Amino acid sequence: MRQYWSFFKMRLMAGLQYRSAALAGMSTQFVWGGMEILLYRAFWLEHPERFPMGMEALSSYIWLQQAFLTLFALWNWEHDILESVKTGAVSYELLRPTDIYSMWMARSVANRLARAALRMVPVLVVSSLLPSPWGLRLPASPAAFGVFLLSAVLMVLVVCAYSLLVYALTFYLTDPNGLMVLSVACADLLGGAIVPLPFLPDGLRQFAQLTPFGSMQNVPLRLFTEDIPLSQAPAVMGLQVFWIVTLITAGYLLTQKGLRRAVILGG
Amino acid sequence: MRLYLKFLSIHFRSAMTYRASFFLSCLGQVLITTNVFLSVVFLMERFDSIGGYTLPQLSLCYAVILAGTSLAECFARGLDAFGRILSQAQFDRLMLRPRPLLFQVLCQDMKPAMFARVLQAAVMLMWAIGSGAVAWTPQKALVLTLMILCGAGVFFGVFLINACVTFFTLEHIEALNIFMDGPREYGKYPFGIYGKPVLLILTFLVPLALVQHWPLQFLFGRGPGWYGLLPLAALLFLIPCGLLWRVGVRHYRSTGS
Repeated sequence: MRQYWSFFKMRLMAGLQYRSAALAGMSTQFVWGGMEILLYRAFWLEHPERFPMGMEALSSYIWLQQAFLTLFALWNWEHDILESVKTGAVSYELLRPTDIYSMWMARSVANRLARAALRMVPVLVVSSLLPSPWGLRLPASPAAFGVFLLSAVLMVLVVCAYSLLVYALTFYLTDPNGLMVLSVACADLLGGAIVPLPFLPDGLRQFAQLTPFGSMQNVPLRLFTEDIPLSQAPAVMGLQVFWIVTLITAGYLLTQKGLRRAVILGG
Repeated sequence: MRLYLKFLSIHFRSAMTYRASFFLSCLGQVLITTNVFLSVVFLMERFDSIGGYTLPQLSLCYAVILAGTSLAECFARGLDAFGRILSQAQFDRLMLRPRPLLFQVLCQDMKPAMFARVLQAAVMLMWAIGSGAVAWTPQKALVLTLMILCGAGVFFGVFLINACVTFFTLEHIEALNIFMDGPREYGKYPFGIYGKPVLLILTFLVPLALVQHWPLQFLFGRGPGWYGLLPLAALLFLIPCGLLWRVGVRHYRSTGS
């Protein structure tokens, strides 16, 4: 366990080196969030009665989405891992006395945390200063904040477990690009990135919530805004745990089988 | 021109060498913009209309922006990678050749996968034109053509500025993405939806509203006829862009080696 922890710290420190890139990225984050809010503002002013969630909740949702973008965005792939599987450099990793799947997991989680840690603070601070209902507001009850934190941890695990499944499948595919492209598109559509899930039409919405993508950003952001009431928290978080277990099992088995099958060429 | 076509066919052939990977990147590009449009469809299903616009009108609006930006991206991709051309001192080599500099930069890199998006925009346009969003007249058809072509022109100007900045900073500035990738996302609604300040910025600073919001008012019968000519005015934007390019080239000192 200690080796994963130190590996985790190493990746975190490496990620924190790129401060200027993170600063540059933040300016766009503010504009994206602002434009999104201006857009929903137009809808809200015209048809407030057809809004599936409150404007204040929606604003909080949008700002949190911008703040934690790098934490859950599926397009944040670990290209080093993909390359190592494609080129066979993964064989070096096999020489180490650690389990490869756990190491990939530690690495993915660490990189995501490092990227998000830098970006989120200014977005969170500035957006909470905006006037109501356009700014970020804390949930009324501390309990909602508690379940938000817990489900955010689960979200990171779901996202990483899904990514690892894709890396594991790279052992079997010559070109994982198609799978990656499709995954990102599905995650955008079903995960609540293009529009928050409450805005989706009936049928599609229920379906989206059951997919692994629906267990990503959708759950913690809506628990925070109390759009999903506390009483339903055990159910949605149970589904998150289900997907974590399923995805990790599938990814782990595929990695083991892929490694056993793999023939390393060259010397 | 013949030289340009020759370069185009080279880039196209080199992309086709890895056929599967080419089609996958086409698919990826199209899926991203399809998702953007789906968000409009879902919201329209719930709200029916926004600011008096209906779904067919909004799809016309997005098709215009999509066509403009993808056309510009197909051909001006070389500008996107200009930072690399500079830092690897390839620019010196270009300066030695007896052809206009900008022309050569454009020929350095093209992005054939973007044609997939042009195709997508064409399909959306067909559908929107046929859906009765606009009572078509010859003038209106002309205005629509102007909107697309001048839109591509404005985007070209934005890419040019993005490239010129690297003369001074050597690195592309991520904040400029706001005007490069942003409109492809937020151009799904007429810019007036986002409120006055945004509309003013996009009318007078980066004149994207002149190729989208204002002429659309004319097409939908909500504004006077001269709104339809505003796309031509948007081309004035290319003058400062061109000047910046000249200043940049003059400022250029080789990275040398």
